[in-house]
Amino acid sequence: MNPAPPTPHDHPRSTPAPGPILGAEGITRTYDGIIACRNISLDVWPGEVVAIVGESGSGKSTLLHCLAARQEPSAGTVRFRPEKAEPVDIHALPEAARRRLMRREWGIVHQNPRDGLRLYVTAGANIGEPLMALGERRYGSIRAQAYHWLEQVEIDTQRIDDLPLTFSGGMQQRLQIARVLATRPRLVYMDEPTGGLDVSVQARLLDLIRRLAAELDIAVLLVTHDLGVARLLAHRLIVMRRGEIVEQGLTDQVLDDPHHPYTQLLVSSVIQV
Amino acid sequence: MGTPVIEVKNLTKQFVLHTQHGAVIRVFENLNLTVDAGECVVLTGPSGTGKSTLLRALYANYKPVSGEIIVRHEGEPIDIAAADYRLMLAIRRRTIGYVSQFLRVIPRVKTIDLVAEPLLALEHDPEDARRRAAGLLLRLNIGANLWELPPATFSGGEQQRVNLARGFIHPYPVLLLDEPTASLDAGNRATVIDLIREARDRGAAIVGIFHDQEVRDLVADRLIHLQPVEKVM
Amino acid sequence: MTTRLLAAAAPRPEKTAVLTYNFAYLDEQTKRMIRRTLLKAVAVPGCQIPFASREMPLPYGWGTGGIQVTAAVIGRDDTLKVIDQGADDTTNAVAIRAFFRRTAGIRTTEATAEATVIQTRHRIPETPLTNRQIIVYQVPIPEPLRWLEARETETRRLHALAEYGIMHVRLYEDIVAHGHIATTYNYPVLVNHRYLMSPSPIPKFDNPKLHRSPALQLFGAGREQRIYAVPPYTDVKSLDFDDHPFAIEPWERGCDICGATDSYLDEIITDDRGSRIYACSDTDYCRRRVAAQDAENAGAGQ
Repeated sequence: MNPAPPTPHDHPRSTPAPGPILGAEGITRTYDGIIACRNISLDVWPGEVVAIVGESGSGKSTLLHCLAARQEPSAGTVRFRPEKAEPVDIHALPEAARRRLMRREWGIVHQNPRDGLRLYVTAGANIGEPLMALGERRYGSIRAQAYHWLEQVEIDTQRIDDLPLTFSGGMQQRLQIARVLATRPRLVYMDEPTGGLDVSVQARLLDLIRRLAAELDIAVLLVTHDLGVARLLAHRLIVMRRGEIVEQGLTDQVLDDPHHPYTQLLVSSVIQV
Repeated sequence: MGTPVIEVKNLTKQFVLHTQHGAVIRVFENLNLTVDAGECVVLTGPSGTGKSTLLRALYANYKPVSGEIIVRHEGEPIDIAAADYRLMLAIRRRTIGYVSQFLRVIPRVKTIDLVAEPLLALEHDPEDARRRAAGLLLRLNIGANLWELPPATFSGGEQQRVNLARGFIHPYPVLLLDEPTASLDAGNRATVIDLIREARDRGAAIVGIFHDQEVRDLVADRLIHLQPVEKVM
Repeated sequence: MTTRLLAAAAPRPEKTAVLTYNFAYLDEQTKRMIRRTLLKAVAVPGCQIPFASREMPLPYGWGTGGIQVTAAVIGRDDTLKVIDQGADDTTNAVAIRAFFRRTAGIRTTEATAEATVIQTRHRIPETPLTNRQIIVYQVPIPEPLRWLEARETETRRLHALAEYGIMHVRLYEDIVAHGHIATTYNYPVLVNHRYLMSPSPIPKFDNPKLHRSPALQLFGAGREQRIYAVPPYTDVKSLDFDDHPFAIEPWERGCDICGATDSYLDEIITDDRGSRIYACSDTDYCRRRVAAQDAENAGAGQ
């Protein structure tokens, strides 16, 4: 028994928060009778990074899509607390109100940047589009914000007028993050954001996400099967298996002292470098 | 002096290894320990008696099976064995510091920022945080030429000193030290001993593991000898 | 305008013996179907309404949508003008006028002011329209969001929720590429502060004429089976940015024939050596100005 030492990571800001930004209760989602996730309840508080880990098929992506209002759960409620407002049941809202909330309050970073970008419009327009969707009508301001976010995600600002089609996978992923952050959402969902990237690119991206999450004080709900990613980014870990939560707690606690047989198997299966 | 900052009551820890047919490793049972403010307690005992495990339990890195770990956090006694994760994060931010032998951090972050980070998490002024980080790094013989680099390529000793700087930058009321001097030369070891003594003198409750007899003698107010669990029973 | 539609909708006995077709070619059921669609379109300005477009005796792209709308609204007392790129004398315009003369026995004209129904491709006449007139646009692609979103299900949702951010992406890309909004025709507009609408491929020069026009404006897309409308005196705003406002292109010269500086010009190559002249695209407008000048000169000469 020689577990890895605990990691000192970043902590959410200590400013007192009025309550969780996201609260899910009893989320179940079935596909033709097949259960993708069952009776999931969880909270996400402002400024915290929560990772959902589990193997593929464990239902974590389905859960993410239910929470982000991209899919309707078969049962259960998802409450989101907008800025300066009471929590709302997002799946009970009329579609127009829900989409307005989605545009303004949260964003989603897809595993494949092609799902989150328009490859045939320029990088600047990709960042500008969500701003324009929120009513920004000054070209100069859109331009300035595009420059700002390209810098934030470490893309050469000279590429502002290039098509993402000409970008590498890592750059596309960073552009996608810039596009999501441009509207300053309070919650960002990430679905395997570093999947399919070179290890060196992954490290850069992890650092970026960690820094931006802390600086902008946004909550992040991250789905990953990579425990290394989870350890470096997340304050808290939720382990899913076959559609259910089997263990959760502080990230280092779950990874260093796993109790559930499945978590122990996951942790012991990681190749140590 | 005389105020208990840490009170461990009837603490039992065992590991159940499901991957090895449910094998149970009993580490300690019904362990009791009190540490006062301004006191440095050093854990001793043969390896495998649970010194590191106890330290990790005090940091809520390991979850005990039963018992209480009462820590004074902002004047309130909190049982961290039962504390919810958000409170635990606040306790780690403000009250309990932990220094291990190994540095594990996100790649690419500059050394100076890594060291300043615990203060920034407490919303300390960034300029001042970096200045204090610089001061500590200098004390620990990490030259300014290294500050802007991430520590990934540093030697083991340098990494450990970066880790120490991170652990000592905020005046935690509780400090947990797991072999902080393991790979240091005599000069740096003396600096660390000074840091520990200063922390104790400002009133920190310190629990440490030091294999180095000399260091142990220089910092320990009290030794706690852990026994293999079978002998305790 | 509604009165006009209803008047057109009232059944009339088909008396003209020369007609082997029903009045205005389409059968009465089809015309009713199209009129119902038109009423919906007028009720929700700028919103595309599906209709069961019929096979017409001309190819798609030649105005099958416009011709069906015209057939549905035209009455025996109407006078029809048809223009193509502003001209009354192009093949398409001549053929469609002949089509309605033959199938409806109605009068046709080339004079904008005399017409009660004007079917058009790619232009709005320079002579201001009146509240006695209907203008029918031939529309190839009615969906302004199509270029960014290929899925009809998605574009309909975007319209329903008035999510038009992506249209500004197009204008943004224009400014990036050209330093200004370089879209020169089919320039997207917001109708009645609600629906995004494609004004058909008219030059953006004509966009201001859409705004609060006294005439009823109807749009028909035959292949795409969509009809939409702008009722008289409706606000029609061309999309733009605050710091790159909508503007029509200024001409550096006037018409080489009539000297007009306020009309949309065509470039006409006159020989194999590349000589060219610029002339009003609205042939009626140009002719009228020349006639007026001639009369004036004649008067001055006497």
